[in-house]
Amino acid sequence: MTELTELSANELIKLTALQMAERLRAGEITSVELTQAHLDRIAAVDGPADGQGTGVHAFLHVNTEEALAVAAEVDAIRAAGGTEAQDLHPLAGVPIAVKDLIVTVGQPTTAASKMLEGWMSPYDATVVEKIRAARLPILGKTNLDEFAMGSSTEHSAFGDTRNPWDLGRIPGGSGGGSAAAVAAFMAPLALGTDTGGSIRQPGAVTGTVGAKPTYGAVSRYGVIAMASSLDQVGPVTRTVSDAAALQELIGGHDPKDSTSLPEPMDGLLEAARNGELAGLRIGIIAELEGEGFQEGVLARFQESVQVLKDAGAEVSEVSCPHLGYALGAYYLIMPSEVSSNLAKFDGVRFGNRVVPDGGGTIEQVMGATRAAGFGDEVKRRIILGTYALSAGYYDAYYGSAQKVRTLIQRDFAAAFEQVDLLISPTSPVTAFPLGEKLDDPVAMYNNDIATIPANLAGIPGISVPAGLSEGLPVGIQFLAPARGDATMYRAAAALESRLEEAWGTPFWAQAPELAASSAAAPAGVENAAATATAGGEN
Amino acid sequence: MAAVTDEVLTFDEAMAQYEPVLGFEVHVELNTKTKMFSSAPNGFGDEPNTNVTPVDLGLPGVLPVVNGKAVEYSIKLGLALNCQIAEVCGFARKNYFYPDTPKNFQTSQYDDPIAHDGWLDVELEDGTVFRVEIERAHMEEDAGKLTHQGGASGRIQDAASSLVDYNRAGVPLVEIVTKPITGAGERAAELAKAYVTQIRDIVKNLGISDARMERGNVRCDANVSLMPKGSTVFGTRTETKNVNSTRAVAHAVTYEIQRQAAVLASGGSVTQETRHWQEGTRTTTSGRPKSDADDYRYFPEPDLVPIHTTAEWIERLRAELPEPPAERRKRLQADWGFSDEEFRDVVNAGVLDEIAATIEAGASASAARKWWMGEIARLANLAEKDIAELGVTPADVVEVEALIAEKTINDKLAKQVLGFVADGEGAPRAIVEARSLAVVSDDGALNAAVEAAIAENPGVVDKIKAGKLQAIGALIGPVMKATRGQADAARVREIVMEQLGVSE
Amino acid sequence: MSAITREDVAHLARLAHIRMDENELDKMSGELAFIMDAITSVSEVAGQDVPRTSHPIPLRNVFREDVPSGMLTQEQALAMAPDAEDGQFKVPAILDGE
Repeated sequence: MTELTELSANELIKLTALQMAERLRAGEITSVELTQAHLDRIAAVDGPADGQGTGVHAFLHVNTEEALAVAAEVDAIRAAGGTEAQDLHPLAGVPIAVKDLIVTVGQPTTAASKMLEGWMSPYDATVVEKIRAARLPILGKTNLDEFAMGSSTEHSAFGDTRNPWDLGRIPGGSGGGSAAAVAAFMAPLALGTDTGGSIRQPGAVTGTVGAKPTYGAVSRYGVIAMASSLDQVGPVTRTVSDAAALQELIGGHDPKDSTSLPEPMDGLLEAARNGELAGLRIGIIAELEGEGFQEGVLARFQESVQVLKDAGAEVSEVSCPHLGYALGAYYLIMPSEVSSNLAKFDGVRFGNRVVPDGGGTIEQVMGATRAAGFGDEVKRRIILGTYALSAGYYDAYYGSAQKVRTLIQRDFAAAFEQVDLLISPTSPVTAFPLGEKLDDPVAMYNNDIATIPANLAGIPGISVPAGLSEGLPVGIQFLAPARGDATMYRAAAALESRLEEAWGTPFWAQAPELAASSAAAPAGVENAAATATAGGEN
Repeated sequence: MAAVTDEVLTFDEAMAQYEPVLGFEVHVELNTKTKMFSSAPNGFGDEPNTNVTPVDLGLPGVLPVVNGKAVEYSIKLGLALNCQIAEVCGFARKNYFYPDTPKNFQTSQYDDPIAHDGWLDVELEDGTVFRVEIERAHMEEDAGKLTHQGGASGRIQDAASSLVDYNRAGVPLVEIVTKPITGAGERAAELAKAYVTQIRDIVKNLGISDARMERGNVRCDANVSLMPKGSTVFGTRTETKNVNSTRAVAHAVTYEIQRQAAVLASGGSVTQETRHWQEGTRTTTSGRPKSDADDYRYFPEPDLVPIHTTAEWIERLRAELPEPPAERRKRLQADWGFSDEEFRDVVNAGVLDEIAATIEAGASASAARKWWMGEIARLANLAEKDIAELGVTPADVVEVEALIAEKTINDKLAKQVLGFVADGEGAPRAIVEARSLAVVSDDGALNAAVEAAIAENPGVVDKIKAGKLQAIGALIGPVMKATRGQADAARVREIVMEQLGVSE
Repeated sequence: MSAITREDVAHLARLAHIRMDENELDKMSGELAFIMDAITSVSEVAGQDVPRTSHPIPLRNVFREDVPSGMLTQEQALAMAPDAEDGQFKVPAILDGE
């Protein structure tokens, strides 16, 4: 390869997904070039898939051949012209990464658990079917906390993922792999899943845009269930418009998911492009801006609030008095559902079976299989959930938590009588160093304090970069009423563009270079970050 | 584990001291085309693990979707059992680990069954009607099938390993649970058999189940406890699982009454446990006692949404219900003019529907009964088949009757024709033509045959001439033989009398 | 609300079919007690009159047509089985008969 194409490949991967789509349509680039550029980037900065290297380690599996084959198909269709070319999905040919909790034919799906190492699904998740139908090359499967349980991706059985902004820090979780892949320009688009913040919190700490749609807006069929009444699939991108476009692609009713919303949710991208804030009533959640939130996080949040006000939004403070109980309710409901959802992993029909020394009965084999296959955090939650559901404790624990869920829904309903959208910082802290909270489950759980309420209530939420604090990304979260995803995208896109105006530079211009062989890169990151932070404090 | 023989009292001894309390949990497999929560076929006897989708194997990522037809069938069954239909109900997960349960939880209904608080009037053999109160009927899914291997007996206790076939996993079930049944006394076993029989007939009549107990379409768990005569405090009960014929239900109830009576009479106490029915010895054996593994941790199934019924929906389903079997039988007996005995024989022979269809198609009630209970039953018996499976249809019987009425064949030929129908040779009229079976009415041929018969049987001729006209039958036989059964017997009789010069 | 004991954890681990050695039981019971402390406030606010929410978005009557589709072949069904024989999944002996 020549110097020139290397440079252009580097520029190519920094475009937004919609810009890539535009250039593909215009014939300026091919999908094979674009896909190869991303595969090259993965090879350069991700390190080995076993996590033993010093790279980002966003991917557990890279799907090189199939991705290039799909890209070549798109290029061939476009070259041939005619109706088939006209009927191509607007995002056709733009590559995407898929969280390894979502099943795919022809690529392994592990949920980052030893339990499923080597397992191949005989069927595709509905969201994967949609991606295949729209002909987006799938680059590979991204790392996560085992079975999506965690807030740092350190609970993966296959090694940590590192935050591209600082490789010594966590990328958030559980979807740290998808967020890091997008933040490190290894993929313009990725799929995540969000049960208590697993899209939005990694979004906040990696500077990516992560949206959790309204519960039921995107099919859960083929998404390995963590907590069924909380799980939702959503987009991970670098811009709000890209996220809106991806949600439009993966969303819609699915007869295979009984909890799927019957009505379509259109106009998301249009709403993001509208970007009008004037007259929009926005409420700051009083309970989510004080204690436990880092100073730098609050500073970026307040700047964003000012930007929203300056752009014509009516900002007020609203109270959701029961949010203080959200974490407790979540840590009863989620493990209860986990304990039941993960019972199927028993070494009978699929996955790895562990036979105790000297053989054993099926009960002993199941016990040994689950002891060896699950990591500590998964076991902790299964035991906790088994406890919360067990005879004598059900009413006090699971039953009470369901009541708190009702109270939180009522709080939100009352708040949305007064305002159109709610805002808060997405995560109370920026990316913390690897290992810092690994032995303190409660401290780890507190990372999701601002994101969990939306899952309990089923409402949509999105995290958007609000700038940097000490060189690390800070996210701001918008919450909308159920089915109000369009309003959420509209406001988030508006803030995104106003912030960039205020900074005088796109957020992603501040991103670390991460070039595998470039020793100068870390210094560049610091400089860029410092400049941007200063720009943010207007 | 070696079989332990329990002490038993005689039934009379048990009845002298104790009053039995019964309860039944009958599982009915619905005959929908697909499973309860997946689109896999609901079939029987197919290659193992072929009637499965990823849902039935509990693969990672799958989700259930309720079969609307199974819900409607369940509501129909609830209505047939005089139940209230819930305005709102939902599904719950019953959590327990077992290899025949692919998700290691069963999706069932817990505190909100689709049907509740009904009753069923059960008719005993002597016509006594006993009302059984129904507590609930709820929807759930069946488990897969385990085959134990390695042991000599194929029993679970001896097996070194087991094979699992998930074809049956997820087949829709309705579980019908009675309230405790008191007051049956010494008729407890009879009531048990009649109750299960009646449930079987109802689900068959509704068309919602194949209702074949030998295939496990209808399965009964029988709860039995005893209380001292005069007491109203229920004793400790046992649950005898999977008693899979109506006869066995009666035996199991009788045995448990005798066994528990012996335990109580000797001053012991009954253990609350699951017991297994042993067909060979007609006894029950101890299963496992209730334990902490029975903490099923029920909670609302988050992957399924509630069912709301409306009055319109329920009334539409009620309008589709067929006439209840007991009422239908009363009506048919009156319409057909059969005696109680005649009618009971018809019911017991299992040809009620066939006779009804034959009469519906134009045959008289007496002719329909004559053929189904006579020659067709005889042929079935010879072939060791159920009458309904012999291959003779009501339309065939009506056609045979028509051939007789137009004197194309006589009764004797008709029997032969039915035999050929059962052999699969086609419809009666076609068989008569193909085999040239029409009655011989050519007097020339008959005269010759009669002459020959007279010449060969001088003794018979003498009796006839002496006035014993009933001896004419002895001449008709040889004539029929000579004409291969195709002679009109009445015409033969006339020719004999003409030739011998006798008259009535 | 009672504290979660080591014996409780042993019982729960049996219910959940997860083998745990003595060290794990100790560690787990300590962690769970700490977690439960952090979340027991939930039962304080949940009054008698508050209905329970089990589905975040209320939907009702979602049914499927009774038409077969999406079957796997026997080969596909067994492809990822840890052990199989005669077209079936094979498991070691079952002691606890239902």
